[in-house]
Amino acid sequence: MSADGVDGNKRRFLVAATSVVGAVGAGFVAVPFIKSWNPSAKAKAAGAAVLADISKLEEGQMITVEWRGKPIFIVKRTDKNLTDLESHTDYLADPDSADSIQPEYCKNPGRAIKDNAKVGVMEGVCTHLGCAPKHLPDLNNSFSGSLGDDWLGGFFCPCHGSKYDLSGRIYSGMPAPTNLPIPPYSYKSDTVILIGEDGETA
Amino acid sequence: MGQKVDALMGWVDDRFPLTKMWQEHLSEYYAPKNFNFWYFFGSLALLVLVIQIVSGIFLAMFYKPDTALAFQSVEMSIMRDVEWGWLIRYMHSTGASAFFIVVYLHMFRGLIYGSYKQPRELIWILGVLIYLVLMAEGFMGYLLPWGQMSFWGAQVILSLVGAIPFVGEDIGVWVRGDFVIGDATLNRFFSLHIIALPLVLLGLVVAHIIALHEVGSNNPDGVEIKKNKDENGIPKDGIPFHPYYSVKDIVGVIVFLMFFSIVVFFMPEMGGYFLEHANFEPADPLKTPEHIAPVWYFTPFYSVLRAVPDKLGGVIAMGGAIVVLFFLPWLDRNPVKSWRYRSRMFTVLVALFVISFVILGYLGMKAPTDLFTWIARVCTIYYFAFFLLMPFYTKMEKNKPVPERVTMK
Repeated sequence: MSADGVDGNKRRFLVAATSVVGAVGAGFVAVPFIKSWNPSAKAKAAGAAVLADISKLEEGQMITVEWRGKPIFIVKRTDKNLTDLESHTDYLADPDSADSIQPEYCKNPGRAIKDNAKVGVMEGVCTHLGCAPKHLPDLNNSFSGSLGDDWLGGFFCPCHGSKYDLSGRIYSGMPAPTNLPIPPYSYKSDTVILIGEDGETA
Repeated sequence: MGQKVDALMGWVDDRFPLTKMWQEHLSEYYAPKNFNFWYFFGSLALLVLVIQIVSGIFLAMFYKPDTALAFQSVEMSIMRDVEWGWLIRYMHSTGASAFFIVVYLHMFRGLIYGSYKQPRELIWILGVLIYLVLMAEGFMGYLLPWGQMSFWGAQVILSLVGAIPFVGEDIGVWVRGDFVIGDATLNRFFSLHIIALPLVLLGLVVAHIIALHEVGSNNPDGVEIKKNKDENGIPKDGIPFHPYYSVKDIVGVIVFLMFFSIVVFFMPEMGGYFLEHANFEPADPLKTPEHIAPVWYFTPFYSVLRAVPDKLGGVIAMGGAIVVLFFLPWLDRNPVKSWRYRSRMFTVLVALFVISFVILGYLGMKAPTDLFTWIARVCTIYYFAFFLLMPFYTKMEKNKPVPERVTMK
């Protein structure tokens, strides 16, 4: 083929313009495929808020409910626990929950809604690698060797040994980086918690 | 009769380069005559790929990618109800581990004989890409039986995405297709595992072999056989791949299949290393197994992840441990390829590298203790030092004289 009389600039422009238009088209076509990976309408609905009845929850006990497929710990602390949570903060990595995920109304030592400070609500998902920590209110369990004699109660992750106190705050020097996340929640009544929705927006 | 066959071949060859391809890649592909034991693993990897594809096609006929049905379809239907289903599944699960054994040995061969060096850099890079796709295949395939370890292993690995600053959580939701690992995740992993990744894998394998046949095979002496050609332009130290190496490789195939069959028939779980015991329980998102460990072929990198005290740092280190492999051809500055003619120091460093890699793999299966974490840190530092200090120590090596022609040691 002869290259005589070929306008090189025009040819380069046409190639570039065609490529750009093609790339833009490919980009638009990619959108539905990428978006198809987002949670479906059904998955979004399944992620809606759930109710938990805590009328039978005694002090020192914990119940687990499921929200968005995650275990949500609802733990009732004793008066002594609450005092301990206020005073024993020197071994915590983030005692003020500055670097952790929780609603603003839970940024206090008990990490709970003030009117009902004894009841703590938190995601039972270790912030290290997503295991479920165990609720260990005392040393009367098979993990006591890993807890230390001054254990005041809290959560212990059996996977990689992370220790949390009873409001889900991580001890310092643990594999887990932050405190247990707290989902938005509110009280429907004194004994019914709505997990997944704030009081203000509900 | 013979004439008719020739005529038919001629008819085909006028329309498709069949004879030409046969010659280029088999009967007139001249490979060095001094291949040793380590050169079995390339063709064995190809064999395992075929085993995985065939057994996988049949498993997909009986498997149900649905969180309510998946575990039952594997443990009840395939393992008990489908005729010979157990054999097909054990071939596939053993094949997964066999793939990594063969590929790790294949990579080790490349390392000791310098097969990644000029002009074979692209072969090495394509190989590392194959290794990456294999890891993705292994990871996604492991979710499919929907056992406890399937679920929690995926939970641990996918939560790593969350370590990415700012957008990590959103990307995690996008990958899972839900706020948790669930049906959406299982279904898309199934699709990726049986269609998308195998297609990519096949393409990469073809490219790997074409690149190899373009430049020619390396050999245990690291001598370029194309430098010494006879009057017909055929390398003096080369022999046609077929029949010489096709026959040799059949011996390797038979020995390999002996070991493969022993595992498939007598120890398919391999003491919990090929199929972890926790996976015989259906996945339960509300109950974490006491101890989560990935399958053995991921454990060296899992150890690197855990050795770093910071989450994001751990993820970066784990990714870096694989990314650094891509740069090997440029990190190694020694012009001599084979460790036979490199310094004693290099042999020692490679041996230490293998030891630390194996230790990392062992530690990745164990629960972390203070001592183990420190050993993992030492091994991780050595892993990176081995690669990143290469530009310095490979320049100081005292090489031995490299022979002109291959030796038959």
